[in-house]
Amino acid sequence: MLLSLEDATVRFGGRPVLDGVALDVAEHEVVCVLGPSGSGKSTLLRAVAGLQPLDAGRVLLDGRDQSGVPAHRRGVGLMFQDHQLFPQRDVGGNVAFGPRMHKVSRAERDAETGRLLDLVGLPGAARRAVAGLSGGEQQRVALARALAPRPRLLMLDEPLGQLDRSLRERLVVELRELFGRLGTTVLAVTHDQGEAFALADRVVVMRDGRIAQSGTPLDVWQRPADEFVARFLGFDNVVPGTVAGGCADTPWGKLPVPDGSPQGEHPVLVRPAGVRLLPADEGRPCTVTARTFKGTHVAVRLLPRDGGPALEAACALRSAPETGDAVGVEFDAEETVVLRQQPSG
Amino acid sequence: MDLARTEVAAARGRGRARAGAARLGLTALPVAFFAVFFAWPVAAIVARGLRTDTGWQLGRIADVVTQPDIRHVLWFTTWQALASTALTLLLALPAAYVFARFRFPGRNVLRAVVTVPFVLPTVVVGSAFLALVGRGGLLDDLWGVRLDTTVWAILLAHVFFNYAVVVRTVGGLWAQLDPRQEQAARMLGARPFTAWRTVTLPALAPAVAAAALMVFLFTFTSFGVVQILGGPTFSTLEVEIYRQTSEIFDLSTAAVLTLVQFLAVAVILAVHAWTVRRRETALRLVDPATTARRPRGAGQWALLTGVLATIAVLLLLPLAVLVQRSLDAPDFAYYRALTDADGGTFLVAPLHAVWTSLEYAVAATAVALLVGGLAAAALTRRNTGRLMRGFDALLMLPLGVSAVTVGFGFLIALDRPPLDLRDSWLLVPLAQALVGAPFVVRTMLPVLRAVDGRLREAAAVLGASPWRVWREVDLPLVRRALLIAAGFAFAVSLGEFGATVFIARPDNPTLPVAVARLLSRPGDLNYGQAMALSTILMLVCAVSLLVLERLRTDRTGEF
Repeated sequence: MLLSLEDATVRFGGRPVLDGVALDVAEHEVVCVLGPSGSGKSTLLRAVAGLQPLDAGRVLLDGRDQSGVPAHRRGVGLMFQDHQLFPQRDVGGNVAFGPRMHKVSRAERDAETGRLLDLVGLPGAARRAVAGLSGGEQQRVALARALAPRPRLLMLDEPLGQLDRSLRERLVVELRELFGRLGTTVLAVTHDQGEAFALADRVVVMRDGRIAQSGTPLDVWQRPADEFVARFLGFDNVVPGTVAGGCADTPWGKLPVPDGSPQGEHPVLVRPAGVRLLPADEGRPCTVTARTFKGTHVAVRLLPRDGGPALEAACALRSAPETGDAVGVEFDAEETVVLRQQPSG
Repeated sequence: MDLARTEVAAARGRGRARAGAARLGLTALPVAFFAVFFAWPVAAIVARGLRTDTGWQLGRIADVVTQPDIRHVLWFTTWQALASTALTLLLALPAAYVFARFRFPGRNVLRAVVTVPFVLPTVVVGSAFLALVGRGGLLDDLWGVRLDTTVWAILLAHVFFNYAVVVRTVGGLWAQLDPRQEQAARMLGARPFTAWRTVTLPALAPAVAAAALMVFLFTFTSFGVVQILGGPTFSTLEVEIYRQTSEIFDLSTAAVLTLVQFLAVAVILAVHAWTVRRRETALRLVDPATTARRPRGAGQWALLTGVLATIAVLLLLPLAVLVQRSLDAPDFAYYRALTDADGGTFLVAPLHAVWTSLEYAVAATAVALLVGGLAAAALTRRNTGRLMRGFDALLMLPLGVSAVTVGFGFLIALDRPPLDLRDSWLLVPLAQALVGAPFVVRTMLPVLRAVDGRLREAAAVLGASPWRVWREVDLPLVRRALLIAAGFAFAVSLGEFGATVFIARPDNPTLPVAVARLLSRPGDLNYGQAMALSTILMLVCAVSLLVLERLRTDRTGEF
């Protein structure tokens, strides 16, 4: 393993910000840590970088314990959330900073700077002042600067956080392609699930300093581990249930669940696509309380007339009912997930 | 497994210990400096005054404080400081507004000119006012008006001296307040004055309070100005300490007065630190260049004219008169007399004092930069504990504690092994550095604190060792502040009088000491020479300040 965290724990004033985190990153892997703000993502990166001492546990790079190794000797790169370009240096001076610290000769530095600026799509920008760069350009310079010392592990803290949406979507694709080509090992953190899913080979969801789930983007999206992950991914159709055989007893009535689901008391998630609308006299009777246009589909908010919490359905543009309509509802086992009972705390 | 864990723990302990040791190393030198050259001399003098063979004579404190003439001194010190502060605020607040919000030709030059008096030696300020309102002064010549026997001369000199403190501290913040805040209030229905009172004034209040406290501190401990203009009638604590020490040789009274002043200064500084912390609360600050505009309407032009007239009469006229008096003899006679040792006042030609002063000031600046710079670096981290905050306040104390006591304390405390400096030329620069170091700290600290900590982290992650981080990130950003701090320390050292008057050797006086000695002798030649020397001193200070003004950034410091 290139990077291993063992039981990594950081406390701020007694409160654990990282709580016994164990995480492995293999060479050439792109891992994205996903979580709401305050879940300990940035602290995780700072602990690996050596900017934040651990209160317990350890960080290993190439199997070697890093405790006592200061940040500048760890050989990892970190791209900061707001880039932190050095204001008194021009673009070239920023990119060449790392190689200069590693005593690379001037000629090599200049060649490397030119090559990296080409790579990030800013050819010939070396003499420009950083103050005059747009947000997207700053982000590219920061990336080139982080890559310049050839770190064995590149870490990105909310790499695209401050950019506008269209630029972000374009850059995510570029980054993914670039990391694939260079074979860079990457550990990124973000609160944006779209960014994480587009960038990562593997996604790690964090909650309150602990890892809630780890898996491929598809895994996590299709089978959220617990209610927290499901809700963080934007799924709100979660109800408590009792699973017996292929059926779950919930406030929305009896729901079919996939074969091999865990039995007993569990929260149950039905993805909006699994809530199928029927004519008013079939299935479970509901009233439409709101509809939101989402581009590819319409999200319809439904209130079951026999009680139970409101639920959301995704339906095609043409067949979407109007607010106030009475409809019936049935559930699709394929889009239903029996979640793990959430760990307390 | 157990073994591995122990190693991990040990390594972690080493990392923390190293950081702690680095911090301690930064702090150790300033602490040692202030302990040896400040705390010890002051303690020595207090002990000399209050301890006899039979033990501490703490009863003396009550005795002294209840003496009628001492009570008079205390009363005068306090009320003249209050009056000076009020008068300074009254005259300088409009100027703070004008410099912050109006754009007019010559604004930047004028702002530098306004600052010149602050770095002028108190002795020069005293002699300038003597030339204006004293016996045979300009007003005396014209209308037979003399103010040097009244308290007005002292008050006006204090305004002259501290005008810049208010203009810079308050005006600096005022220029950065977003005018749209006031506009928002106007849009919600507030009249202009109401908008100012409810939006701008509360944002400004902590800066006004901090400036007022600094002015109060400087005037409460005023020495040179009162010594020259006060005559026998008016005496501040500091002047009384000097009189008791060097004329009456009543050390126990001087010791009690030192303690009283120490206490007062500590209280003032504590309140000041509190207001400064409040000032650091979040305000919406904008680039000062965007808030200034040309004055509009008769009222604003009248305000601008009034401020310019005040500056001309109050700040420029005394300096002009000083220069004129120094030239008031044919063929630069007063200046030529300075090159001559025959006058009998000194063992050397008075002009020699210029070189002595410059040498001392350079040495003092180096010491102040080293001590103050290290202290500022140690204090940079914002969430420092109570201990470091105490250290911060401690660094300010030399600004207010009786310089006379420090000077005399040097003579008593540093005259025997292991530290016998009585014959060392370093004694004077060390005392001057003590007063210069707080300025260095105050100038450097805001800039160092404004350096984003993550910029340092970015450099570290790119492979820079802590030393390289400082050189590559901190130094380029604070280089200007460092130069400005050096300039302040230089000007303050050049003008230091209270301590230097005790420890400068008779054959090697500094400029302020030479001026004071010339003023204390009768005769036109001595008076003229004092004016000439003061003019030279003023020019040296003004030139160093104008050079600095070109370097000044928006963020630098409180002075």
